[in-house]
Amino acid sequence: MPEHIVPIKTYAEVLAALLVLTATTCGVSFIDMGKMNAVVAMVIAFAKASLVALIFMHLRYSRRLTRVVAAAGLFWLGILIALTMSDYLTRGWQ
Amino acid sequence: MAETSVADRHTHSAARAHQFDDAGQQRDAVTMGMWVFLVTEIMFFGGLFASYVVYRALYPMAFAVASQELDIKLGTLNTAVLLVSSFTMVVAVFGSQTGSRRMLVGGLAMTVALGVVFLVIKFFEYYQKYVERHIPGPSFAFPEPYTQPAKMYFTLYFAMTGLHAAHMIVGCGLLTVLIVMAWRGRFTPEYHSPVEVSGLYWHFVDIIWIFLYPLLYLIGRHLE
Amino acid sequence: MRTLSGGWDLDSHWKPPANRSRRATRTHAPPRKRDCQRTCAVTPPKDWLLWIRNHKRIGLLYLVSITLFFFLGGFFALLIRLELMTPPGDLISSQTYNKMFSMHGIIMVFFFLIPSIPTVLGNFFVPMMVGARDVAFPRLNLLSWYLFNLGGLCMLYAVVNGGVDTGWTFYPPYSANFSNTNVAMAVTAIFIAGFSSIVTGLNFIITIHAMRAPGMTWFRLPLFIWSLYATSLIQVLGTPILAITLALVAGERLLHLGVFDPAYGGDPILFQHLFWFYSHPAVYIMILPAMGVVSELVATFTRKEIYGYKFVAAASVAIAVFGFLVWGHHMFVSGQSIFAGLIFSLLSYAVAIPSAVKVFNWTATLYKSSVSLQTPMLYAFGFIGLFTIGGLTGLFVAALGIDIHVTDTYFVIAHFHYIMVGGAVMGYLGGIHYWWPKISGRMYPEIWGKLAALTVFVGFNLTFFPQFVLGYLGMPRRYHAYPDEFQVLNVMSSAGASILGVGYILPMIYLAWSMRYGEKAGANPWPATGLEWHTPSPPPKENFLEPPVVTWGAYDMSAQPELVARLNDEDRMYEAALRVGARKREELDVEPPAAGA
Repeated sequence: MPEHIVPIKTYAEVLAALLVLTATTCGVSFIDMGKMNAVVAMVIAFAKASLVALIFMHLRYSRRLTRVVAAAGLFWLGILIALTMSDYLTRGWQ
Repeated sequence: MAETSVADRHTHSAARAHQFDDAGQQRDAVTMGMWVFLVTEIMFFGGLFASYVVYRALYPMAFAVASQELDIKLGTLNTAVLLVSSFTMVVAVFGSQTGSRRMLVGGLAMTVALGVVFLVIKFFEYYQKYVERHIPGPSFAFPEPYTQPAKMYFTLYFAMTGLHAAHMIVGCGLLTVLIVMAWRGRFTPEYHSPVEVSGLYWHFVDIIWIFLYPLLYLIGRHLE
Repeated sequence: MRTLSGGWDLDSHWKPPANRSRRATRTHAPPRKRDCQRTCAVTPPKDWLLWIRNHKRIGLLYLVSITLFFFLGGFFALLIRLELMTPPGDLISSQTYNKMFSMHGIIMVFFFLIPSIPTVLGNFFVPMMVGARDVAFPRLNLLSWYLFNLGGLCMLYAVVNGGVDTGWTFYPPYSANFSNTNVAMAVTAIFIAGFSSIVTGLNFIITIHAMRAPGMTWFRLPLFIWSLYATSLIQVLGTPILAITLALVAGERLLHLGVFDPAYGGDPILFQHLFWFYSHPAVYIMILPAMGVVSELVATFTRKEIYGYKFVAAASVAIAVFGFLVWGHHMFVSGQSIFAGLIFSLLSYAVAIPSAVKVFNWTATLYKSSVSLQTPMLYAFGFIGLFTIGGLTGLFVAALGIDIHVTDTYFVIAHFHYIMVGGAVMGYLGGIHYWWPKISGRMYPEIWGKLAALTVFVGFNLTFFPQFVLGYLGMPRRYHAYPDEFQVLNVMSSAGASILGVGYILPMIYLAWSMRYGEKAGANPWPATGLEWHTPSPPPKENFLEPPVVTWGAYDMSAQPELVARLNDEDRMYEAALRVGARKREELDVEPPAAGA
């Protein structure tokens, strides 16, 4: 499979975006949005992680199997957290 | 097997592992191997993330108050340091892809340097925690009514950042070995899988920090 | 390119391949002095351990380690059954009894069952079955064996230094705060062995994905490979959680962290969630490879393709995936929310379906087939029957209402021993016997093989069936004393255990005997389809004399006419023998045997 070489300029743009997002998440955390604070923080974190994974780790240019592997890892962690929380969140139910 | 020339053996040193049929298969296998390993690392950290989710759901206020005790300036600085180190890492990979030994070695060296900077800042933060008596143990002190849950928060803080720091140390060691190999000219545009997969490992450690930062440092800032 | 069907004398001594193929022009490093071009024991011992990378040899190294741990775990089982022969706790104290069942569980689960088939049979045969020269990362493979033994040494240290008494489940707060035994050392041992497991799984996933021979598509792979692939998925996804969880227990014990300690706001049930998130899929790590072996055995000894190949393959992966969704069924009475319990109970019923699919497909394969009752097939039959019983009783305990009554009783113990011993161990033994001629180049004595298989079957049922009754009647598990009315069943169980022990020792003796004195086996003694049978016994270093190209389906005999010819010859000889028997009976004026006898 021919290797895709990403230009340095793209990498620099991604770095700039990442630093902007970091500043954003830091700034936004000082604004009181109640429960949405956590949500916004996670959304931004996922956005940063996606940029690193897709561009820096070349997932965007990889074969589908690699993307499935990466997604599976995230999904499995999701299973652990979701089903464990299903216990804690329903303990108070009658 | 003896028909190949000495020159052949050097340029085709890519297919060095006998179990693979050709260089392409080796590259595929090594890359996929690193991704599967990273999945195991996701699950390894994942146990701590799951514990964090549970306890934050149980003690939201305590976690927010305890989180304010972390130094947000140092945390944000560390985040920026790691992001830049990821950038220097991809520059190194780019150098290996294009055959530029200068870019490769320079990029790797910068990455290691930034990693060390991160670790120094981290350990300085740990020392601050030690001074403020926030290390879970016999001398732990935190104002009521949040004492016990705050201890849980700091346990998770040290466990998660400690595990992360351990991975950083391993990563720095790995990249140092690569610097030595790259300096000796072992990597070519045809064979640079070790650089690529080490890059994957480094970026993964960066992604872990991308999540640790908001989860540990930014919980309670809006309450200050 | 031609296939392997023509012209090779596979049973003569291996010679290096002639330099005709394209492979000759690829660069191989010149053979180092340490490389051995022969297969058998001319390698000096230091090279065996330090430089060995060949997957077959690593498989044999594992065989030795695994066998040692099996008998150590069995020793603890022996002490348990001895104690339980009498109602009062008179042989050993209750503390010692706690240590016995804990160490039995830890050693059998983590140091025997989880590694057994993947590391012994998998390491030996995965590369051969996919047509590769070795696994993807041979040095990692050797590291895996080192890690396993390092973990094993740590465990032995814990055993010798006073044992562990928390149960193999290590529940806090007892394990973290109150136990006086070597908990930290034991969890360290399991932590290290866990990484051995992860590395093996990773190696297999990459090997199966990236190193299949030309023409070996996914749906031409043997079902053993599908099972090991599914097993490897579980190993890779689940074991890290166990590692971090046990690390937290060690941290709690040594550093008084308090993650699971209620006094510090922790939740012991969180430990159970994290622990069972791995340990339930772990039971599928134990059973899936055995199911894979059974698929191979059924195909070979019925001389048919496995009915519904794609369904069996898909079922393997389905078990691996669904197995991660059901862990809460170990926690029905722990204090977990009822609603979560309902979800887990429902999902547990769902996960039984792929297992049932496999059993139905094996049974359908048996229908109108030509069954050959040799030793491996006896183990396969044993597996199918006993696994079915174990699986069905799993449904009993998956029902919330029933589990309230039978949880932590001998019913559960009988359930999982039916699967682990009646299932996984019989699959392991069946596989060892099936592939023994390929591994060692010798046949074991068939009479003794059959005798041992029957002894195992009888001993096993006598040991564990009474335990279903005991559990139903209310005898709790992990108790060293019990009410008098349970004694008869317990004595039956202990008697069965002694028979079972004999059944396990017999193969040790005759397999070792066969290595020196057994009849020499050819390349394909059964005969069976499958790439591993297309190479000499024992196989050469690079596995195949010529790189294979696969153009046939997994169990497709029609693509291998010489196999069919051999089977037809055997049938003709069998019929001729029947005619001779009939003539002899006429001469002697004896009644023919009754129809169906």
